[in-house]
Amino acid sequence: MRLNKILKNTLLVLTACLVLSACATKKEVATDIQGQMQGDVYTGTDTVEYLADGVPDRVFFATNESILTTASRETLRAQAAWLRKNPNINVVLEGHADERGTREYNLALGERRANAAKDYLMTYGISSDRITVLSYGKERPVDSGSNPLAWSKNRRSVTVKAN
Amino acid sequence: MIRKILILLFILIPINANALIEVDITRGNLNPLPLAVSPLSIDEESRKGFEKILKKENIGSEISNIVENNLRTSGLFNPLDKKAFLQAPDIANLKPRFEDWNLIKAQALITGKVNYVDDKLRVEFRLWDVLAAKEMMALAFTTVPNNWRRVGHIISDKVYERLTGEKGYFDTRIIYVSEEGPKTQRIKKLAIMDQDGANNKFLTLGNELVLTPRFNPASQMVTYLSYFKNMPRVYLLDIETGTQEVVGDFPGMTFAPRFSPDGKKIIMSFAKDGKSDIYTMNLENRIVEKITNHPSIDTSPSYSPDGKYITFNSDRSGYQQIYVMKNDGSNVKRISFGNGLYGTPVWSPRGDLIAFTKLHKGKFYIGVMRTDGSGERLLTENYYQEAPSWSPNGRVLIFYRETKTNSKGEGFSAKLWSIDLTGYNERQIKTPTDASDPSWSSLLSN
Repeated sequence: MRLNKILKNTLLVLTACLVLSACATKKEVATDIQGQMQGDVYTGTDTVEYLADGVPDRVFFATNESILTTASRETLRAQAAWLRKNPNINVVLEGHADERGTREYNLALGERRANAAKDYLMTYGISSDRITVLSYGKERPVDSGSNPLAWSKNRRSVTVKAN
Repeated sequence: MIRKILILLFILIPINANALIEVDITRGNLNPLPLAVSPLSIDEESRKGFEKILKKENIGSEISNIVENNLRTSGLFNPLDKKAFLQAPDIANLKPRFEDWNLIKAQALITGKVNYVDDKLRVEFRLWDVLAAKEMMALAFTTVPNNWRRVGHIISDKVYERLTGEKGYFDTRIIYVSEEGPKTQRIKKLAIMDQDGANNKFLTLGNELVLTPRFNPASQMVTYLSYFKNMPRVYLLDIETGTQEVVGDFPGMTFAPRFSPDGKKIIMSFAKDGKSDIYTMNLENRIVEKITNHPSIDTSPSYSPDGKYITFNSDRSGYQQIYVMKNDGSNVKRISFGNGLYGTPVWSPRGDLIAFTKLHKGKFYIGVMRTDGSGERLLTENYYQEAPSWSPNGRVLIFYRETKTNSKGEGFSAKLWSIDLTGYNERQIKTPTDASDPSWSSLLSN
């Protein structure tokens, strides 16, 4: 969280500097990041796959957080609706963290994130018997970049068909 | 296996010299002690004998190279160039001409002799105080020839102990996680090597993700996390026999394992419903005890060397911080209060310090603090580094460091590094592949 604020500030300062120096190419990059993140939660669709038409497979989190955003809740409601229509499908919720944390804490954080998704699916009528939680901590990033945008894509819970 | 290998150690000449040489290891040593490691002398018959068995042309030189390398990497000693040596190894071992050694500024001298006796390796060595013109120590070992590297390490430990007054850490091993492949799909294997990087061996095949191996301080057992069958669980591995077993019967992820100092318990975290608590399992009677009970993440537990206390990190304050409690989970006290996040606390084998990883303003630090949280000292700063593990004498920390990738996400690497408690002598430890999560063994010979 604190890191997150610092990063955000740095980013703002950077953007300001870039605008001032009117460096065209780098300005583009900065806008790009702005367009794909809200706060430091990823809002883009680069890495998202679909369980079915209109059912995204993953939700994203802020640094060190496991709170579901409005967009995440919408995604999970779509997943719950799809799971209700497909009662024979079970899922694994794979929780992940970014690389900016210690390994063991991140394992716990991944578990906490996947559980936040699980709890939400359960409130929309999906039985816990159909859901397995699996944390990968920071072991399986989707983006190997060392920058705030890459980290935001990696802080995620992905719903994967188990059968 | 190692414990069973026969090392006969006997003292040839008990010495009670008043040494003039003293190496102070409590401060950063910017003037390492100059010493001469004369190659161990070897007669032609013994040389040929070992050449046949060990495929080494001169085992005497090989052993002294190990000693020289160990002493140099400790940062406390400066082994002098052999080309400057005036006296032949065999004669020096009988009676050093101290004026000659003084001339090249050696303050201490190591000499010795290797023999091939009854299919065994017999090594004797002597440590001399050049200024006082006195013998400080003389020891001899007999062992199986294959143990020759360990003989070099044991000699290094004896010299280190005699000159610094503290136990050495050279006859030890490091278990770690070997890493290969792209960052998004790393293949990880357990690997083990001697402290100096020799005898690297892989213990798993890389079929499943493995993390955080830790030595039992009392034996050659290891505990680690494996994703066998896609279920992250704490395992126990006997590196003598290769047998593995899952630790406890938990309905979910267990992780962050460590042994108690007596080796009889494993302490670890168990994650359930978004919270992680600390548990112990007694390896003799399999009794499981819950140590913390809090809706937060409690993990990375580590015992004090007397087993009476546990340090761990928790985000119960809102952020990851370091805590200390009694071994039954009572008297929980937060000890980290500096700016930033604190994790991976590890209690020093000497008992006085806790090493940790700190994240502050986008940088990662390895540091130490006293067990009440006072006296925080940051030893090294980098883009990413974590997981310090103590040398058995509590003087050196080994940890791993990851590099930042470029704009295309390329150029990732993970390496093992060590640094002295003083903050000096930072070194990369060479491994055949990328490496992380190091754990230092106890001294193999005691």
